[in-house]
Amino acid sequence: MSVSLQDVVVRRRGKTVLGPITLELPNAGFTMVIGPNGAGKTTLLKVLHGVERISSGSVSWSVPSQTAREGQAYVFQSPIMLRRSVRANLAYPLQLLGLNKADISARVTKWAARIGLSAALHFPAPRLSGGEQQKLALARALIRRPNTLFLDEPCANLDGSSIREIEEILREAVHAGTQIIMTTHHLGQARRLADHVVFLNNGQIEEQASAAPFFDAPSSVGASAFLNGDIVE
Amino acid sequence: MSEIWAGIAEAFRLIWSLDEDLIDITVRSLKVSLTALVIASMLALPFGTWLAIRRFRYRRFAISVLNALMGLPPVVVGLIVYLLLSRSGPFGVLGLLFTPTAMIIAQVIIISPLIASITHQAMRELWSEYHDLLISLNTSKRQRVGALIRDGRRTLLTAALAGFGRAIGEVGAIMIVGGNIDQVTRVLTTAIALETGKGDFALALGLGFILITLSLFVNLTIHALSRTESEGRW
Repeated sequence: MSVSLQDVVVRRRGKTVLGPITLELPNAGFTMVIGPNGAGKTTLLKVLHGVERISSGSVSWSVPSQTAREGQAYVFQSPIMLRRSVRANLAYPLQLLGLNKADISARVTKWAARIGLSAALHFPAPRLSGGEQQKLALARALIRRPNTLFLDEPCANLDGSSIREIEEILREAVHAGTQIIMTTHHLGQARRLADHVVFLNNGQIEEQASAAPFFDAPSSVGASAFLNGDIVE
Repeated sequence: MSEIWAGIAEAFRLIWSLDEDLIDITVRSLKVSLTALVIASMLALPFGTWLAIRRFRYRRFAISVLNALMGLPPVVVGLIVYLLLSRSGPFGVLGLLFTPTAMIIAQVIIISPLIASITHQAMRELWSEYHDLLISLNTSKRQRVGALIRDGRRTLLTAALAGFGRAIGEVGAIMIVGGNIDQVTRVLTTAIALETGKGDFALALGLGFILITLSLFVNLTIHALSRTESEGRW
């Protein structure tokens, strides 16, 4: 599904936190939204997902908005765990879709194994470690087989091995046809995963390009400074 | 002090001898209060949860009214229910006055705001935790209420138990609408009031100890059945 934003502005308490933005995103692969703190990355992600009200402008998907919404999943920076077991957390989105028990059980078993939590199926999810919770949140999002997956800094505060596992799962998802739109602080991660990059600063898009040209020769001053590790204001 | 010991002794004697009146009164107390609790919970738990997730114009006012209703004077509730159910009242034709049903109605009115208010407080916290996830999963309002009630059930149990505590210990309203009729509407609290009035403090105290024991027993049983404090359970 491709998406385009036309003059989108988000204002909160009279202050513009995003926009005006006009943007067209590719309908496949890995789109990485990068930028300094407070640039509006999370707000942009929420606007695309339809959970942030826009003050003006329009967001249009290549399919009707309800269909687009049903085919999306979102993973938050701080994973939100239902106060249930690992198994129940994985099963919940499938129950919402109305799948039968056998189908749910098969998918839950497969995904629990994929994220290494087969032995903890009946363990309370909120008691898992931070890395395990993030993997569970990712599995809970992907278990629905979404067309588009939004990830808001999914690897913040995680150790190296957890980051590696999550990146592996994300690559598999893209390979299986899921479009991923993700924000990150880790430039290394952006270089490893991105097909397309959107650079945000002060609520504005300063640059967007395919990954290779962006990282090799950024055209904007802000992006150059950001990639060089300078302070971007 | 001697009256307290006499009360404890009387309580043991009544229980030991399986006193017919005591069993009758106790069973009626439980029936009335538990029925009121079930009905009030069916109304108040979804309402309190709905109030936590729904935004509407006079929401704050509605919450204030709900909190104020927690302090409804039972005697006034009893009086209003009495007037509604009396022969000349709008529901007099139903013939419910001085029946256990009238007592249940009064108790439902008294405990529903309490259960709804505690539910609202608890669900508001859970909703702030779940909000983004449930919105992102594209859930309907009914599904959100369902998820909150399911995952907040431990706290909701506390709300229900608070309601039960108030119902089983209530005397003013049920005395008015029930009439404290022997073998018809007499319950533990009204029996205690009656025996105190007659000056039989030992029996009144005995019934009082049984009431406390019963209340503790129901609370502990519900906690045990729902495994509230069990490790690793949800």
